[in-house]
Amino acid sequence: MSAKIMEEISRRKVFCDGGMGSLLQAKGLKAGELPETWNVLRPEILREIHKAYLEAGCDIVTTNTFGANRLKYPAGGPFDLKEIIEAAEDNARWAVSQAGRGFVALDLGPTGKLLKPLGDLDFDDACHIYREVVEAGRDRADLILVETMSDGYEAKAAILAAKENSTLPVFATMIFDGKGKLLTGGDVESVVALLEGLGVDALGINCGLGPVQMKAILEQILACASVPVIVNPNAGLPRSEKGVTVYDIDEDEFACVMEEIGRMGANVLGGCCGTTPGHIRKLTERCRDLKQVLPGEKNRTVVTSYTHGVVIGKDPVIIGERINPTGKSRFKQALRDHNLEYILQEGVSQQDHGAHVLDVNVGLPEIDEPRMMEEVVKELQSIIDLPLQIDTSDIQAMERAMRIYNGKPLINSVNGKKESMEAVFPLVKHYGGVVVALALDEGGIPDTAQGRIEVARKIYRTAASYGIHPKDILIDGLCLTVSSDSKGALTTLETLQRVRDELGGKTILGVSNISFGLPQREIINGAFFTMALANGLNAAIINPNSQVMMKAYYSFRALADLDSQCGDYIQVYGGAVQDGGGGTGGAGGTFGGVQKATAVSAQGGRTEADLSWAGTSPTPTRGNREAASGCGISGGAPGGNFMGLGDCVRRGLKDKARMAVTALLEQREALDIINEEMIPALDVVGKGFEQGTVFLPQLLMSAEAAREAFDVIKERMSEKGQAQEKKGTIILATVKGDIHDIGKNIVKVLLENYSYEVMDLGKDVAPERIVEETVKGRVPLVGLSALMTTTVPSMEETIKQLRKEAPWAKVMVGGAVLTEEYARTIGADQYCKDAMASVNYAESVIGGEA
Amino acid sequence: MNLKETLRYLGYRGKEADEQTLKLIGECWEELEEKTQRRACFREFPLVFLEDRIDMGCLQTESRDLRKNLEGCSLVVLFAVTLGVMADNLIRRYSRLEMSRAVVMQAAAAAMLEDYCDQVNEELRLEYEKRGMFLRPRFSPGYGDFPLGCQPALLGGLEASKRVGITLTDSYLMMPSKSVTAVIGVSKERRSVPRCSGQGGTPEASKEERGAGKCLECNKKDCLYRRKTI
Repeated sequence: MSAKIMEEISRRKVFCDGGMGSLLQAKGLKAGELPETWNVLRPEILREIHKAYLEAGCDIVTTNTFGANRLKYPAGGPFDLKEIIEAAEDNARWAVSQAGRGFVALDLGPTGKLLKPLGDLDFDDACHIYREVVEAGRDRADLILVETMSDGYEAKAAILAAKENSTLPVFATMIFDGKGKLLTGGDVESVVALLEGLGVDALGINCGLGPVQMKAILEQILACASVPVIVNPNAGLPRSEKGVTVYDIDEDEFACVMEEIGRMGANVLGGCCGTTPGHIRKLTERCRDLKQVLPGEKNRTVVTSYTHGVVIGKDPVIIGERINPTGKSRFKQALRDHNLEYILQEGVSQQDHGAHVLDVNVGLPEIDEPRMMEEVVKELQSIIDLPLQIDTSDIQAMERAMRIYNGKPLINSVNGKKESMEAVFPLVKHYGGVVVALALDEGGIPDTAQGRIEVARKIYRTAASYGIHPKDILIDGLCLTVSSDSKGALTTLETLQRVRDELGGKTILGVSNISFGLPQREIINGAFFTMALANGLNAAIINPNSQVMMKAYYSFRALADLDSQCGDYIQVYGGAVQDGGGGTGGAGGTFGGVQKATAVSAQGGRTEADLSWAGTSPTPTRGNREAASGCGISGGAPGGNFMGLGDCVRRGLKDKARMAVTALLEQREALDIINEEMIPALDVVGKGFEQGTVFLPQLLMSAEAAREAFDVIKERMSEKGQAQEKKGTIILATVKGDIHDIGKNIVKVLLENYSYEVMDLGKDVAPERIVEETVKGRVPLVGLSALMTTTVPSMEETIKQLRKEAPWAKVMVGGAVLTEEYARTIGADQYCKDAMASVNYAESVIGGEA
Repeated sequence: MNLKETLRYLGYRGKEADEQTLKLIGECWEELEEKTQRRACFREFPLVFLEDRIDMGCLQTESRDLRKNLEGCSLVVLFAVTLGVMADNLIRRYSRLEMSRAVVMQAAAAAMLEDYCDQVNEELRLEYEKRGMFLRPRFSPGYGDFPLGCQPALLGGLEASKRVGITLTDSYLMMPSKSVTAVIGVSKERRSVPRCSGQGGTPEASKEERGAGKCLECNKKDCLYRRKTI
């Protein structure tokens, strides 16, 4: 912060330059020509443009390196990337020396690619791409400007590269749309928290909009930003007039609106597309003498996902605790089996029940925790839009997760021990985050609130020495079981209160520890939760699927004037009669669909005559008949409104399938149910699909209902110590270069229902990887999918390699561009026109042997 | 909601859907409408027919089919539309959680995108007709012999990555995947253009006919989704 540019900003309005592309086009740059090549080919033009901007009064000239990265200037191409960047700086430096004033900003624009999982660029590769630019440009720049970013994740890669490879100040500006959202969905609050967490020196908005439209977004930025704010708009809103882009406002109006923007509180002003030295001259003339007021510290505690921020403050925040193997044998097994679906489902169900943040703990002695943590965080953040709490005592796992996390995470945890603080605080400073700080230290857990407050003070002090603001610390007042210490709860409550009142801090608790060792723990948990909230608890790590806890939460908010007109309370509890089933969380996430969807229409035992597959199954199987009647008379069945398992599967009714199979398991052996109920039902649907009377959505709904039933059976079998036999392993992959995997996933769902062990290697999979796994498991059948003509060659290559290294393996292929003939040409054993065809082929290759 | 097109993408070939599927389609369509941010951008470029290629300012290519489509035009409008990353997010999410919903979501998004293309196209048509100019049917890279390799130049000329967030993977797949690019010829004369197959596809043709024309240019004759001529 001692940098000269920051001193200038603290004293007065500072000005950026304006557009570059349109000026180069005016000088003859052709559409499609790479603008950065002119750094080398036409340096005199670049120098004149920089000079003109400085003469117009700007302070910061931006190097012409917006698109200078190795994706556009690959090694061995006609232009050397390093040369392009060095020439860009030469040109800017020349202008600064001519003018006798000014700063040079090394410009980092977007890579032009979307990062995974939205696109195909790996986060680490993005960091590396930016690193090359920073290394080439850092020595002669005064600052680094990360700009025109429409994805916070990509901005994070650029900022990390800047911070890790230089000591220059870093500014970052993003493109928002008129509604205040990034193209990738992030809102203003989440972006500001992310950027400030990463330690940018100034942040703001550029491109996309004109100054008029930016005012509303600036207002939002100013409400949450604590560092200086930059506004670099386009020359207005563009329209195409006879092939030429024109803007809806002129230079004078531009400057006039920019003055308003300066008065609103923007600290650094400039322009983007369409703005010229003319715009900048008028802008600097009007704004030079405006009073500079820096945004104060907003003291907001915010964690973010890629879409939104969660503010931790007066309104309590629910952190879902279920993604944690402690005491859960199924979860442990899922981790060992690498069953990420199970973990995702845990996340989704907590979101549906109203969690605001998800705790993620994957610690298990026998697994590689750093690797697993990284993988689980990547998966969760690609499926669920809630902020995550990275919960681990493994510092390496913590760092890997923080690095690839798409937002500003919660970190669980640090404590008052020197060793812990020395390990965790540098990470929090570097990657940004809010950290849970346990009020204990080398002396153990203090018995008194006073002792815990002293540890908290020490933690705040030490954090400050790393440059971590108190707002980014949540004190965990620690909650010991009340059964061993009758004063335990009171000590915790006093700690909460005093952190709030004496330290002005924020608090968090793992609430359910309080009841350890007591019967009916929920009773105590619920009561203690309410007490903790009343004593100022800001964030609670609880099970959001617990009715008792959520009831405490919603009623506290209603009673504490945090729920305007009891709106949320009424929304959650107003409609339905309480039945002990999972109340849906009104305050929860944006993806409400899943729960709605699982509660499929209850049509009860109505006739299936209207369903098209009836025709393919003239008589129900024996099992079916039994089930249909058996269930009906089995008395204890809830609701009485019951249909046979086969019917449930055929009609794709998940919930009913679960109920039906549960009832059936009382009467019959698991294997009989599979062979006599499930498989015949699946066959009927499969045949209907082949004959064109059943369609893909029905096929899948029925597969999902079957899977639901299989899960119940599996659970029952494992309780009895039995294992379900698998017919054999099949590898599935979408080939290298192709990132469409919907077809492959359909095939997977069906194959699993037919008892195959599917090893899903994912999408964009290199031939070598597929070969390696096939050889390692001596896998008899490999399914490859390709959607584009451009990726069929990599399918062909994969088959070639498989033939060489794994001659025993059969290869089936499918995907939009393939045909029977095409499949033959590239050497596949079988072309599968749809998912059922792949099941049939699997049955012919493996099924018979089982 | 465009039920008919959604069902076509699901392979129903004109058959009726059952109640469960209809319900699912309704829910998916609703979720897409709520969560996706549609965006479009277009830009006009001069069009020059050279001996061995077509020059559209930011993009030069040779394509017999495109040449036919643009015959008699002096301008082109390059055009890109997208449903944005949320459509992909939803499809990705459900393909991990509930495959049937993912499949329906994917079909509904495809239908929604097509509708949106038509809507933007229609706005452009009205705009140009005010200026006494007429649009040819839009033509996308990948149709006929118009190479997919033109995508980088086309998107670059539109600055589509910055303006609407469309990017390309190394194999020229557009990301977000629910995106369309196209070239639309602009001419001073209103006239019907015979398509390479000689059927359908005049500017005045109905939506179905235009659709059928598009399919008729495709070589994948066994396609499950192929539209039939009317």
